[in-house]
Amino acid sequence: MIGLVALHAVFGTIGLACGDRLGRRCLLLGAIAPAATFVWLIVQLGEVFDGIAVVQSVEWVPALGLNVDMRLDGFAALMVALVAGIGVLVYGYAAVYFPTGRVDLGRLAALLTFFAGSMVGLVLSDNLIVLYGFWELTAVTSFLLIGNAHTDGRARAAALQALLVTSAGALAMLVGFVVLGQAAGTYRISELLSDPPSGTAVEIALGLILVGAFTKSAQYPTFRWLPGAMVAPTPVSAYLHSATMVNAGVYLIARLSPAFADVAWWRPVVVSVGLYTMLDAGMRAMRQTDLKLLLAMSTVSQLGLMVAVFGLGTEISVTAGCELLLAHALAKAAAFMVVGILDHQHGTRDIRLLPRPTSGWGLTTAVTFVTAASMAGIPLVLGFIAKEEVLEAFDEAPGWAAPVALVAVVVGSAFSVAYSIRFAMGAVGRMNGRGSAFTADLSHGPPPTLFVAPAVVLSMITVVTGVVPGVLDTLIDAAASSLDPAVRDVHLEIWHGVNQPLVWSVTAIAAGAVMYLRRERVDVWLVRLQPSPVSSSTTYRSSLRGLNSAANRVTGVVQSGSLPIYLGVILLTAALVPGLLLVSGEWWPDSVEVVGTPVHAVIAAVILGGALAAAAVRRRFTAALFLGVVGYAMAGLFVIQGAPDLALTQVAIESLTTVLFVLVLRRLPDRFESVTPLWRRGLRVALAGAVGVTVFGLAMSAGSERPTTPASDTMVERSYPDGNGRNVVNVILVDFRGYDTLGEITVLTAVAIGTVALARAGRRPSTTGAPAASDSGGYGTAPPPLQVSRLVTLEVSTRVVFVIVMVGSLYLLFAGHNQPGGGFVGGIVAGAAVALLYINGGITEVRRLSRGQPWLVLGAGLLIATVTAVVPLLFGGSLLEGAAYTLDPPLLGEIKLTSAQAFDAGVYLVVVGLVLMMFESFGDDPPLSDAAPDRDPAHLESSRSETRVS
Amino acid sequence: MAALAAALFAIGTYLLLQRKLSRIIVGLALLSHGANVLFVNAGRRGIPPLIGSGDPADFADPMPQALVLTAIVISFGTTALLLALAYRSWLLTNDDEVADDVEDRMVGARGHGDDVEVTDETMLIDEAEAREQESAAATTTVAPTTAATTTVANPTGEWST
Repeated sequence: MIGLVALHAVFGTIGLACGDRLGRRCLLLGAIAPAATFVWLIVQLGEVFDGIAVVQSVEWVPALGLNVDMRLDGFAALMVALVAGIGVLVYGYAAVYFPTGRVDLGRLAALLTFFAGSMVGLVLSDNLIVLYGFWELTAVTSFLLIGNAHTDGRARAAALQALLVTSAGALAMLVGFVVLGQAAGTYRISELLSDPPSGTAVEIALGLILVGAFTKSAQYPTFRWLPGAMVAPTPVSAYLHSATMVNAGVYLIARLSPAFADVAWWRPVVVSVGLYTMLDAGMRAMRQTDLKLLLAMSTVSQLGLMVAVFGLGTEISVTAGCELLLAHALAKAAAFMVVGILDHQHGTRDIRLLPRPTSGWGLTTAVTFVTAASMAGIPLVLGFIAKEEVLEAFDEAPGWAAPVALVAVVVGSAFSVAYSIRFAMGAVGRMNGRGSAFTADLSHGPPPTLFVAPAVVLSMITVVTGVVPGVLDTLIDAAASSLDPAVRDVHLEIWHGVNQPLVWSVTAIAAGAVMYLRRERVDVWLVRLQPSPVSSSTTYRSSLRGLNSAANRVTGVVQSGSLPIYLGVILLTAALVPGLLLVSGEWWPDSVEVVGTPVHAVIAAVILGGALAAAAVRRRFTAALFLGVVGYAMAGLFVIQGAPDLALTQVAIESLTTVLFVLVLRRLPDRFESVTPLWRRGLRVALAGAVGVTVFGLAMSAGSERPTTPASDTMVERSYPDGNGRNVVNVILVDFRGYDTLGEITVLTAVAIGTVALARAGRRPSTTGAPAASDSGGYGTAPPPLQVSRLVTLEVSTRVVFVIVMVGSLYLLFAGHNQPGGGFVGGIVAGAAVALLYINGGITEVRRLSRGQPWLVLGAGLLIATVTAVVPLLFGGSLLEGAAYTLDPPLLGEIKLTSAQAFDAGVYLVVVGLVLMMFESFGDDPPLSDAAPDRDPAHLESSRSETRVS
Repeated sequence: MAALAAALFAIGTYLLLQRKLSRIIVGLALLSHGANVLFVNAGRRGIPPLIGSGDPADFADPMPQALVLTAIVISFGTTALLLALAYRSWLLTNDDEVADDVEDRMVGARGHGDDVEVTDETMLIDEAEAREQESAAATTTVAPTTAATTTVANPTGEWST
């Protein structure tokens, strides 16, 4: 069964891929999957008729108990027969309906196949969640098919309405499914129905599920989307919006009703919604002049009747519902096909314009009368058999309200008789006015036999089963008994003798005929009863508008566009939520170590002073310098804490940060010039205080308790045996937590690229420079080599120092595994060496180092680290698994090489690359390196030492 | 120590709420310093955790150190990126003020009017309904010449609606 659904998906995809090239043949291609389904169904029928369900189950998400359960029982077989059988016929019909040259035919055929597959999946699924999935798939394919003429705004609006209404219902249904599934302890529909759960939760769930079913089957008040959907091509309307998809809601109600009809409100609600829809839509159908809209409203009306019948949930009503479902699908699909034929041949489907049939139209006319008769419930067609059964069901329904419902059904039936006559008379041109504007030369003449054939097939089934209803016994019996096991030995007969249902039936036919004959007077009454033939679309529209403007308003409040407000809200939450928890909790420590050592106090004072000064000063540059003070003091703190690696890194980073600040801040105005109102500053202080207090509380409570042994004890223990390193911090970084570090250097690479992109994009060398740029000599077409002479001593000493610092950084890298140091520290020290070069020779000097391609260094680093991490996988190890090799070269003594060192080298290169990229970002372009020395503190020294050569 | 971290957080927060990007950067740096203090403070104080240099029982806790080392480098990356933003801001506006997002403001201002797109689509539904009303209200006796304007034969063979 899953294979069947997959088959549809495959053929749908093929259709999408090459449908346009196949022309009309793509419709035949699309018919393959439904045809295969039909054949498969016939093969299975023997078993199904014996009352054995065909079951298939595939595990999907076993952890959630989610399986793809499929189940073919009698009722599912009836639905599959309709979906696949009518599907094949619709494809045949569409092959004539659509003109040869139509470009989107491939897509249309493919979408129909997708729809057929979803619908087959829907009726076969035995799992609530799987059913929901297929349910939504039918909604999506229906959306695409309604909006097929996507350049037409009307089609788009109708498609959107259909999608929004049915999906909103489906969402409610999903919630209902979950609640129901939880209450029952299973999501399998068959299990759930054989042992139905009860309780308030179940009743709420049923209510939500009904919302989904009602919207899908276009019940009042959400029926408006169905007439709107008539903008779809007629074959689509015949298939989706009359015979199959709209039956999904009815299908669900039919499944649930026998099990849940005893819930107190079920019968009153379902039956009255169904009957109200039947009456309301029936009256609307009696006023339509567009045949397609007439059929749409009659579909809504008939769906209402089906909902009401199945909603009764009695044995006889289940049988009646199955018959009605079958009769309606056969008749309505054929009726839509007729309308499509008329539209195609005459170019109109307005009953005021359609002409009388000439020779060659005989077959079409016959089909028209058969379908109309079936819709009206005239004897000798299937519709009559079904309607008799329905009337009997209501006649025997329990409860005091049953007679009222019966009268409503009879009145509704009279309406359907009236609009069926209207349909038939309109289709054969008996309703057009005298001197119709229709001229014969607009007509394409009678339709080819092949065009009418699918409708003829459906009509013949309607007639044969109407005359000899016994042929349906096994099918209806299997369908009804699969819904309600209490159903026994269904036997359909055309003549039950003169009984109550026959009397009602005759009454309805007579009343309908009278209503048709006196239609002018009836119209006056209808207009009085329903001043406007439309109503709920207004609700749809205004709710859509309301939703949009509410969304805008919420966005306007939530998204004010002000960074301080955003940050303020975040920080306030961060301060308040844990803060309140702290106040309510009992986490306060007994004793607190206020200050560790006297040195701590000194360092803390420096940090605090630096931070306060950085916040208070009004000059950017000074703020950056005070930030540096805080950083260096932090390094001091790390030293006392016993963290030399941290101290080294902090010092190096702080130096580099300061250089970066200098490079950027020299551009910006010297002072902060904004004047903020006092209240706003007060607010800031208050928020800052709140955050501070919360952090203090957190720190105190966190420090008070440590119930488990620190993970670091094991790390210290395993550092040398497992990681081959004596420096525990470094081993943690490159070995134990190497995955973290790999992620970190990836972030650094991204930062480097982002920084260059931000700083270099759209940089205009000629305008960003100071006036000096104009006389820098020949700059314009191609920048000449920078011609500056430097102090020889500075030049030489820089080179020497650079080499020494680089060697030192390499030492830090290689020693890092056993001594303080490592890739990060080494890389940053190398970065400091690069900064030295920059000070001496500007960006040109830095570029010479990496041949102007710092990203190569960056990329090489990331590559080395990644390769080191991945290589163990090739040898069957795990990611980042370490290995060690001991070399014993002469003179140097024993050297232990570990793979972690290679990884660390990668880290080193990434950091060096990052620093190079920073200079690439913020450094000057060559001709500008000596421009505006007064605004350029980083260059004070170099510009002092330079003399320009003109 | 907890008080120091709290003070760093408070000052950092204060700076973070400003509009000048360079102050925000400084504020963020102070915040991360505060977080680092918290981290280091959470671990045991002791001698550097180098195996062979002493009794492991006297070692400082290496775990927070490794975490803080990562944090230091990452906050350097953040600072660099924010500086690049400030630099970009200078390229475009000659200042590093973070102004309100104009698009956001516009969305807020639009909250009182209708969404243009939706109005368009619903107008089309209105139109379709008006046609239908006309169609439904017209009885069979209405002169068909007026009705003829609503449905026009389509000679191109496009019968999709």
